[in-house]
Order: sequence, then structure tokens, then C-alpha cells
Amino acid sequence: MRSQTDHTPSVGSVTDRRLSCLLRHLHPSPSSSAMESDRTISALPTSSFGSDSVFAHVVQGPEDAILGVTVAFNKDPSPIKLNLGVGAYRTEEGKPLVLNVVRKAEQLLVNDKSRVKEYLPIVGLADFNKLSAKVIFGADSPAIQENRVTTVQCLSGTGSLRVGGEFLARNYPQRTIYIPQPTWGNHAKLFPLAGLSVKTYRYYDPPTRGLNFQGLLEDLSSAPLGAIVLLHACAHNPTGVDPTIEQWEQIRQLMRSKGLLPFFDSAYQGFASGSLDADAQPVRMFVADGGECLVAQSYAKNMGLYGERVGALSIVCKSADVAIRVESQLKLVIRPMYSNPPIHGASIVATILKDRNMFDEWTVELKAMADRIISMRQQLFEALRARGTPGDWSHIIKQIGMFTFTGLNSEQVAFMTREYHIYMTSDGRISMAGLSSKTVPHLADAIHAAVTGHLIAIKIAMSSNGIGLKLKQYYKLLLLLLLMESTFQDPSTCRVTILRLQ
Amino acid sequence: MAARTALSDSRRQVVKTMISFGARSMSSSSSSWWRSVEPAAKDPILGVTEAFLADPTPTKVNVGVGAYRDDNGKPVVLECVREAERRIAGNKNMEYLPMGGSLKMIEETVKLAYGEDSDLIKDKRIAAVQALSGTGACRLFADFQKRFSPDSQIFIPVPTWSNHHNIWRDAHVPQRPYHYYHPQSRGLDFSALMDDIKNAPSGSFFLLHACAHNPTGVDPTEEQWREISYQFKVKGHFAFFDMAYQGFASGDTVRDAKSIRIFLEDGHLIGCAQSYAKNMGLYGQRVGCLSVVCEDEKQAIAVKSQLQQLARPMYSNPPVHGALIVSTILDDPDLKKLWLKEVKGMADRIIGMRTALRENLEKLGSPLSWEHITKQIGMFCFSGMTPEQVDRLTSEFHIYLTRNGRISMAGITTGNVGYLANAIHEVTKST
Repeated sequence: MRSQTDHTPSVGSVTDRRLSCLLRHLHPSPSSSAMESDRTISALPTSSFGSDSVFAHVVQGPEDAILGVTVAFNKDPSPIKLNLGVGAYRTEEGKPLVLNVVRKAEQLLVNDKSRVKEYLPIVGLADFNKLSAKVIFGADSPAIQENRVTTVQCLSGTGSLRVGGEFLARNYPQRTIYIPQPTWGNHAKLFPLAGLSVKTYRYYDPPTRGLNFQGLLEDLSSAPLGAIVLLHACAHNPTGVDPTIEQWEQIRQLMRSKGLLPFFDSAYQGFASGSLDADAQPVRMFVADGGECLVAQSYAKNMGLYGERVGALSIVCKSADVAIRVESQLKLVIRPMYSNPPIHGASIVATILKDRNMFDEWTVELKAMADRIISMRQQLFEALRARGTPGDWSHIIKQIGMFTFTGLNSEQVAFMTREYHIYMTSDGRISMAGLSSKTVPHLADAIHAAVTGHLIAIKIAMSSNGIGLKLKQYYKLLLLLLLMESTFQDPSTCRVTILRLQ
Repeated sequence: MAARTALSDSRRQVVKTMISFGARSMSSSSSSWWRSVEPAAKDPILGVTEAFLADPTPTKVNVGVGAYRDDNGKPVVLECVREAERRIAGNKNMEYLPMGGSLKMIEETVKLAYGEDSDLIKDKRIAAVQALSGTGACRLFADFQKRFSPDSQIFIPVPTWSNHHNIWRDAHVPQRPYHYYHPQSRGLDFSALMDDIKNAPSGSFFLLHACAHNPTGVDPTEEQWREISYQFKVKGHFAFFDMAYQGFASGDTVRDAKSIRIFLEDGHLIGCAQSYAKNMGLYGQRVGCLSVVCEDEKQAIAVKSQLQQLARPMYSNPPVHGALIVSTILDDPDLKKLWLKEVKGMADRIIGMRTALRENLEKLGSPLSWEHITKQIGMFCFSGMTPEQVDRLTSEFHIYLTRNGRISMAGITTGNVGYLANAIHEVTKST
């Protein structure tokens, strides 16, 4: 719309400008089209316009599969419910746990008047970084002593993986990462956003509920030279299936001969076997051969610092000079993401790792958590055996870490949620940490029921006038129920669900 | 024929590279994957502090990074924060927050920006998530903008906080400049700003500093904000406010949010990044909030869910500690009052230092006008010094600031203001 008055910005005061603006709209020029005057511009500049949002087309995003489980669990009003979804440790009483040594560290920090909350450097707390590298690579690691390792503080495991992925996408020529099948759901989301394309390699073997080692070797063998390979350092999530040390050695040799770049996700160090060093073996094997790798570390589970978001990304390089340059590039990834990492959690970790006594305390509390989980595995296994649940359930005690891949399918999972108020991810993964001696029987009952299919769904067709079920059919139904009840040794495992259909 | 040769050439090159990869990985003396990684340029702002820390001179002055210092040049932890931490320590578990962060903290934070009695809050039209301070909030929005308005660009003021460029670049959103700072007057280039708003394609996205513009300290007047808002309405532009200094600029949180309130009155559906880094001194805790005003509750739920989808593959869920400090303070009327008092205290000290610096320079008989020092607002002052003059300040006087001449007023104390004025006078007197 051409303005009637030729409006030059430098003419007149602010008020004049605004008035002339208003005037133009109050008295539109004759040449203005009908469409222009239809524009919802009121004469009063401060009145509310009914404007359209530029994001009106945004649809509701799907619930996160894992975190959505807890949401659903919280909504459930049933007094007997079990949350085996997200991998957060619970005590025997089903309560979240803050480690004693963590509380101690927190108090020290709070009472230290000299502490300030200034920005950390982009790469995070220096002490934390050095000590974290020692935790995963070993205090006497030659790579550390030779200054070949750059470690940056990140937001737990997720943040470390994302930053590592973005670094690779920008600085590494092979932009494909191979992830195991299955793997933690967020892996497949975060690597593409980091700029990498994702392929999978065979990992879990459903028939044996163990490792498909042949498939793994074949798939890695056929990966292009230089491809990145995501490896779960220990306690594979979601399956709990880890390679043996011998198998790890074979994987290492294969990867080095094919020039594949290892990217370790270490979220459970110490949590799997109870020993920090034992759980770090696979990573240390790869570092010992002098080659390069990336490692994402998380303190969410093993130090119970979940919500504090503490983790570290380490890149083991061939030389100290390279490590320095790599670190400078990591900063370029971090700065536009969140500038610098949160200080609180890292300070707690550094406080603990620095102090010999606190470190030892930590290892004791860590082992206790790992031991409780191992004991839950044993109890669940025995409970299923006692019930005579068909199938081989030895994978429950063979698998390691927080999770068990039960082998249940999504229908069985849905059944368990519906009938027994047990919440877990639809892939059949249960978090052993959510179990206690008291709740194991309930879970065992549920698994037993799901597996043996002692569910009879009877559909009754209802007409709009009311119950259209003929008397004959009704008696047939009653007879069937009585027959089934007498058949089963344990009637409590027999559930009858009547579904109504309109 | 030529094409085929070119292809096989490149293929050969790829194979060569691949073979050298393999060779590299096998022998321990072979070169690294990262041989070609160049050392990255230092961050212009954070690099200043690094240089400052490395300087052994006792009289050195750091007026680089924008972190508040008291009159002794010491960092400050607010009393309200210390008290909140005392209450929190030992009393909370450290479970994961939801992906969108602490609901309590978000609720209080949104009230600060939009007003306690905002209808938008009552009608649940604001999609808000906890973010990693201001940076994280801007980045989440930039990623959201890329995903849901993929053809859009972002108009960014000249100059702006340097990390804004990095953020929208990494989100793959193209950037366009708009006029803002007027070097000659060391004030706002309002007419050029309005022209840029008018000439931008309708429905453009604009980044606005809600108050205490960083790095210039130059803010539009209330009247100017109204004009900007009006013109935004005419053009159907989207206003994204970065509010990193609410309370810190004038000492009054309501006054500092005026620009946002004007836009809301005019019915704009804005986006807003908020940070507690400066105004609550929570720098390293990384606490902030991203909010997007929607047409209705349903849309707000959808937008929030999508923001969470962007946070999950970045860091899963935000850190709990800082959020707990914020909600503890804002939820308790006494602590909140204490906070507001402490914020005003910080703002007042800065305003005092502005006056002192200007008076010192005028007393030294500087030929230049230093009026802008007291006209500008917030933590920063755009001195107008050239990079060469800045370099002299650093090399001769051990005064550290960013090369664009930005002075962080918070780094000035009654103890060093005289030294600073003298140094500035020395390097500028022959201008």
C-alpha cells in the first residue's frame, strides 16, 4: 500500500512520526486495496490484536518412551504399583538414594564460605576433569601421563555423547556412527541431531537372550573404514548383555584392523560388577593399545547424581599437541549450546574423588548398590523358577547392570501394566533397581501370568438397547469359566477380563 | 569420459585416505585421526578472563567478562542464595527433573517476565521450559525455530553479544543484521532501526534485548519501544526477547521488563529467554527459562512438548540444583524481598560506578564526551574505544576488556576507577 504522505524517517519528532503513522491507517489512500484495509490493524496501537501464532502448526510431540513411563506411573492411582521404567536406583524401601558421601560433600561445599558460583570455564571444572579421566582410564594410565587425553565436563552422559557427536561431525571425515541393536533410545535421536548418520550393528540375540557375537563381528567387519562405533563400556542398556573379556579383545582387534573409531558410552562404571576397575576394563584395553577413542562418562547412577547432570567427555589422542587442538574445538561446540557446564554436581564429584577417605567411602556405597541389584536378579530368577514359569530365565542372572531384557513382548508388557500396574518400557526392559525383596513376588506373578497367557478376554457384544447377550451364550460363558478355574492349580493366576464393545 | 576420470580420481583419493586411516590405527607411531584439526580461535569474551588470570601484574584490572564484583572486586554470593542453599542441602534427593525442568521454578520465573497477574499465565498460554541459563534458552529457541519455521531467518542487532551469532549459526538459522548502535552518538540509531524493521520481509524473526543491551548498554526509551512494537504488528514480525539482566539494569524488575510488557499489551505472541546468572548471581549453576506465548492452552502444551523433544537429545533434563535455589527464594516472600533488595544493591553500585568513571574522566580534562557512560544502562558500557586503544590499555596498563571497547562496569571499584579513568584518558586523549 503506497502511503499518501511521503514519510521520511528523519522528519519530525517521535510523536510526529507516530501520529503520521496512525493517520495513514485512519485515512487510507484511495489506491489502497480492499485487502489492505481488511488487515486487522486497529487505530489504537496498544489494543490487543488477534494475531496468529507463527507456531500454530506445531503438533504435540510424542512422549519420551522412557520418561513417559514414569509419567504414566505417577498418574496410576492403584496402591500396588511398581515403577520399573527409568533407570534410577531405589533402595529396598523403594526410595531414591542420596549417597552418604555425597551428602557429606554437599555439606562441605555449603559450609565453605569461600565458594562462589562464578562461571566455570567452557570445559568445566579442571579438577573434576582430571579426576574423572583417572576414574575411567586408571590413575596410572600412560595416556593421561603423556597428556594425550582431553577431558571436558558435560551434562551427564547425554551431554557428553551430544558434544562428542557434534565434534566428530565437524572434525572427522567419516560421519557414520554404528550403534548396537538394541540400544538406549536417545542414542538414535541425539547422533543425527549432532550431524552424524546412524547405522546399526547386530548385538542382542533374542533366542539366547545373550550376545549375537557372530553378527556383531560380521557387521563391524563390513563397516566402512574409519566409521565410528558406539560401544557400551559395561552393563549394556537395555539388554544387560555384555561381551566377555575375550570377546572384547576380539572386538578390539577387529576394530583396530578396520580403522574403526571407538566411542564408549560409560554410564554404569562400578554399578555393574561393583568394581570401578573391573567395569572399566574394556575401555582400558582400547587405550592400552595406543589407539584413539572417545569416552562419555556419567555420574548419574554410580554417584546417584542424576538431576545434577554431571558427566565428562574424554578424547584419547595420539599426542599431547593434538589433544590441545581437539579441546579448543570442543569449546566451539559447547559455547553455543550452553556456554559452560553447571558447577554444583561437578564440585561434589571433585570433592569426593580428591579425598582418599571419601573416595573409598564412595566405592563401598557403590558396591552396596551393585550388590543389591545382583541380589534382586537372583531373587527374581528363583521366584520364576518356583512358579514354574515356562522358559529359560537364566538370562536374568547372566545379564548385568541395572537393566534386564526380559524377552517379554509389547503385548505382554501392556498386560502387566494393565493387570498388575507394573510400569516398564514396551521393549520388555525392566530396571532391577526398582525392585525390592517385597515386590519381587508381585513381579514374578505378573511375568508368570503374562507368559502363560492366563488371560481370558471375553467380548460381550452390547446392543444399544442394553445387554444383547442371549441367555444360552451366557450359560456357555459361565461353564467355560468354571472349567478353567478347576483346571489351574493356582486360581489366582487366572484372570478373566470382560471387555465391552459398543 | 572426463566425468568418469574425475570420479575415479576422487574415488582413488578416498581409498588412499581410507588406507592411511587403517595404517594409522594399526601402528602406534602413526598419526592421529585429528591431525588436521586446527586450533580454534579463542572465545573473544571468555578469552579475556583467561588472559587476565595469566597476568602477574598486581594492579591489573578485569573489566572483561560480565560477572558482578563488589566494591572490593570480589565475586558475590547473594545472602538469599546462601540461605536457600542452607535450606536445600541435605534435604533434597537428586532425582531427574522432568525434561522441561522444575515446574515450580518455571512458574515463578514466568511471573517475573510476564507479570504476577498476567492473563497469559492464567489462561495457560505460555509454553515454558527450564533451560541452561540464557545461552541454553536461546539455543533451544533457535533449534525450535529451525525445526518449525525452517525457512525463517533471525534478525540480530548490530552489535550484539558475540555468542548470539554462534547460537543461531549452530542451529543452522541464517542471520541478518539490523541497525542498532549509533557510534557517533554512542546511542541508539533509532531511525535506521525502524527502517530495518519496515524493510524486513513480513513475519520476520527478530532478536531483541529486553533491557541493558549487551554490549552497548544502549536501550530504546519506552516511547521508542512502543513504536517498535507497533511496527512489529504492522509487519507481523516475531519478537524474541533475550532478557539476561532483569532487575540488574534499573534495580527494578518490573521496570526492566517494560519492553516485554509493551509487546504483550499489543498482543504480540513473543518468545523470551530469561537468565538468573547475573540477577541472582547463579552464573555457574546455569539456570534460565525459555518461554513462548501461544494462542491457547492446547498450543502451549504442544509447543512445550516439542521444546522437550529438543532438550532430550541435548542433555536429557536440566540441572536441579540451581532451579531449586531459584524456586526456594521466589517461593518464600521474605527471601524474595531480600533478593529484590540485593539486586537493587548491585544495580545501584553499578550506576554509582558509571557516575564515578564519567566524573573522573571529565576531571582529567578529556576532550571527548563521556556522557554515554551514564546514559547507557546495565552491566556494560560501550566506551567507543578502538581495538588499537583497547590493545594499549591491556599492554600498557594491564586492563582487560574485549576489543570492541566494551567495559564491564561490574569490574570497576572505588579502588580502581581512578586508575581506569587515567588509563582511558591516556589512550584516548589524542583522538
